[in-house]
Amino acid sequence: MTSLYDEVQAAPAAGVEVRRITVNVNGTDRTVDVEPRLLLAHLLRQALQLTGTHSGCDTSGCGACTVLMDGRPVKSCTVLAVQANGREVETVEGLATASELHPIQEGFKEEHGLQCGFCTPGMMLSAKALLERNPDPTEDEVRWALSGNLCRCTGYQNIVKSVLWAAKKMREQNQEA
Amino acid sequence: MAPLDELKIGGMGASRRRVEDNRFIRGKGRYVDDIVLPGMLHVEILRSPVAHARIKSIDTSAAWEVPGVRLVMTGETMAARNLAWMPTLSYDTQAVLATDKVRFQGQEVAAVVADNPYIARDALDKIVVEYEQLPVIVNPIQAQSPDAPLIRDDKENQTSNKIFDWEIGDKEATDRAFAQADVVSKIDLHYPRSHPSPLETCGSIADYDRSSGKLTVYMTSQAPHIVRAAVAMVAELPEHMIRIISPDLGGGFGNKVPIYPGYVISILASILTERPVKWVEDKSSNLISTGFGRDVYLEGELALRKDGKILGMRMHTISDHGAFFADAQPTKFKIGLMHSTFACYDIPTGHLVSEGYYTNKAPGGVAYRCSFRVTEAMFFQERMMHAAANDLGMDQAEFRRVNLVRDDMFPYRTAFGFLTDSGQYEKCLDVGLEAIGYSTFKQEQEEARKRGKLLGIGISTMTEPLGAGNSREYDIIGIKMFDSAELRVHMTGKAILRTGAKTQGQGHETTWAQIVAHELGIPADDIVVEEGDTDTAPFGMGTYASRSTPVAGAAVAMASRKIRAKARKIAAHLLEVSEEDIEWELGRFYVRGNQERGVTIQDCALAAYSNVPDGLEPGLENTSYYDPPNLTWPFAAYFCKVEVDAQTGVWDVLNFVAVDDCGVRINPMIVEGQVMGGLTEAYAMANMQYMTFDEEGNCIGANYMDYLIPTSWETPGFELHEVVTPCPHHPIGAKGVGECATVAGPAAFVNAVMSAIEHTGVRNVDMPLMPNRVYQALQTGQDVSGMPPVLSD
Repeated sequence: MTSLYDEVQAAPAAGVEVRRITVNVNGTDRTVDVEPRLLLAHLLRQALQLTGTHSGCDTSGCGACTVLMDGRPVKSCTVLAVQANGREVETVEGLATASELHPIQEGFKEEHGLQCGFCTPGMMLSAKALLERNPDPTEDEVRWALSGNLCRCTGYQNIVKSVLWAAKKMREQNQEA
Repeated sequence: MAPLDELKIGGMGASRRRVEDNRFIRGKGRYVDDIVLPGMLHVEILRSPVAHARIKSIDTSAAWEVPGVRLVMTGETMAARNLAWMPTLSYDTQAVLATDKVRFQGQEVAAVVADNPYIARDALDKIVVEYEQLPVIVNPIQAQSPDAPLIRDDKENQTSNKIFDWEIGDKEATDRAFAQADVVSKIDLHYPRSHPSPLETCGSIADYDRSSGKLTVYMTSQAPHIVRAAVAMVAELPEHMIRIISPDLGGGFGNKVPIYPGYVISILASILTERPVKWVEDKSSNLISTGFGRDVYLEGELALRKDGKILGMRMHTISDHGAFFADAQPTKFKIGLMHSTFACYDIPTGHLVSEGYYTNKAPGGVAYRCSFRVTEAMFFQERMMHAAANDLGMDQAEFRRVNLVRDDMFPYRTAFGFLTDSGQYEKCLDVGLEAIGYSTFKQEQEEARKRGKLLGIGISTMTEPLGAGNSREYDIIGIKMFDSAELRVHMTGKAILRTGAKTQGQGHETTWAQIVAHELGIPADDIVVEEGDTDTAPFGMGTYASRSTPVAGAAVAMASRKIRAKARKIAAHLLEVSEEDIEWELGRFYVRGNQERGVTIQDCALAAYSNVPDGLEPGLENTSYYDPPNLTWPFAAYFCKVEVDAQTGVWDVLNFVAVDDCGVRINPMIVEGQVMGGLTEAYAMANMQYMTFDEEGNCIGANYMDYLIPTSWETPGFELHEVVTPCPHHPIGAKGVGECATVAGPAAFVNAVMSAIEHTGVRNVDMPLMPNRVYQALQTGQDVSGMPPVLSD
């Protein structure tokens, strides 16, 4: 069991009842004792040390903390950890296998879809949700699907190209399979 | 032997895929907030809710009672160690935690150190501060009033809110030019306050080890060596006992150059608790308290001859610096390099007067993807050019063509004394005009107007000074603006390179290796690049003002050349000929006249550690400190075509053509990425992104609901073109590029919208060109000036 309070060797705030939750993160059940107010982003980053999920704005404005919950993109800075109890959460750390990158990861590298890398995990997960429901999106559909994720470095043009690159590769892979 | 193919080894000109991406796409970047040290505590900061008030009392007793709280700090805690105030990068002082007054909304008042950030936040709520509110100043016009309250009453001899007067140019010659003018064209602009707002906010982890006396600080800094020097001065710690580590940065754009109170607070908290202390601000704190950009009133005029020749220019700027003068800019230039304005045009004379004021707003930085006020200078220049062409009744492109510095005039001395060194300005103009379809636009515009559609085209051409030093003229708090690189070639021909710059997403880990590959023929994949650790990197001034490639990049080339010079001696020894008989081709030395007989750079590296000639030191490493002879002067010509909806004032970009000449491109893919990113920030400022204040000094723009940043949905696509004029004094012919698009971009968008609506008699709409402002201008035929009105009821 991983406990947030084991990590920092401290008690929860006075008078706060700790909840035990189990969240399936990237395919593995993780059981954690948390304060009810703990945010999902902080559960992932602090308790589970999955620091690929970035906290950008804490107000669901920037999308850097986007993860997939039961396959749908959510901004983990405005989801309570207890709301993820019993659900499946996918983070950037779950995209690649031990030997292979996900086509979306390849696409971002190939088309120079990132610079500082801070928005990238959230962008890729929003893109994954899009491509799972729409394997052959238009440029406008990609732009709309990513419009909840801010980027300050790239100007989006190459991010859109990255997602279209990945879509093409995923379609080709599906045809082969 | 076939010569090495430079593109195949990832040398100059290769669009090499980025090395740093390998960790970023896996979520394995290491940003400050990702770092956890054993026993680490967390500090949160209480900020002032009001813009100007005397602090009557601070009661922290209840905060101390919260379980898990380790330390509560106020101005008194800081003052006891002489840390209540700290010096800024512009020879002013800034409060770390307020002791007397708060001077802007969001100013740091108290801090709580606790076991986790949630507990620290709980305790902040228990601190009671009693404020006695004072009258508030929210712009430099108010600040000038004789009745204005004195914001900086802490400073001896400060009797008004004025920070500086600064002047450059030849007033008499300019007066004469205006006396001879056929036409005088004027414009009056406001460049609104903006915020760089990197996605990652600022933060630090201070780790003071009492047993060794060593202070290690992980910090979001674009310039870690400057921070080390400043911490040595402020905290009175010996410099060798301070280690600043700037890990991966989630963007910077100038926001992460200054030294903020939060850093100092985390350092003192670590010294007092003897535990590592992490401070990571939230987005609102970043937006309301850290370095902004712009916030300048710009007015001026051009003296014009009937044929379009500019005879002289006058300019007057009034800048708002907030409560503390905290600009990071060269010491001798109070308003930065504002006097680089009109540098791409041949203008005989000019006169610039600048004033700076304190207000009850957050202090600067004043950098935002722009070097030292150059953005404001070029925005004024291109809006002025647009207005002047109209006043003369001349075509926009033709007016620029008449006045642009010609290729045969370089090196060219500008009216304000800068020396521009190279460029093909007219060629860039022509490439862009062709690409945007300029020749048929007038007709297109008229036909569209008949159908009730408003089309406009905007041009912006400029050269800007990038890559400070030289060190004779440029310093920050006395530290000269050179930069450095250290290259170590290992026995097997692999290498590690460290520089004094600090990447924030620009891709130094990729491009620096390409310069080494170009100079030495070592494949780029065999070179690892490290930056940001002051214990290991050579001293440098960091990355801002587009100075990395012009200065540190040059140092990389020079360090590589020193390595090559030593390798040549080793090659002569290995080939048993004299050094004079050795020739170099990429990656290899050979005997003159016998190309087959040679040794590779890798052979030389091995010999440097295993078979050194008598009298030569073993090893193959070197350091270069590069002091540039001049700034670099890239040129940009931007062309924007828009359609304005007359019913709503909404404008859409139909086409945007960008022609950039940044000299030799190390990695074209990365250069294009920089240009597209910069154009997006230009679009943001032209369209929606601004920060304003109500009359009580409340910041409007304190979160991403109020501070609008364009998303993938509204950001237009950009068509990029290149022209290459190598920089004559840079070792690899490169010029800076990171900020060109943000500097030249805004005027292209604004000029395009004005071109669509100025038939109604409107001369200017100040940024941001939000639909309601454009609509108002269309309806009234009147200018829309200043900041968008914000109600404060």
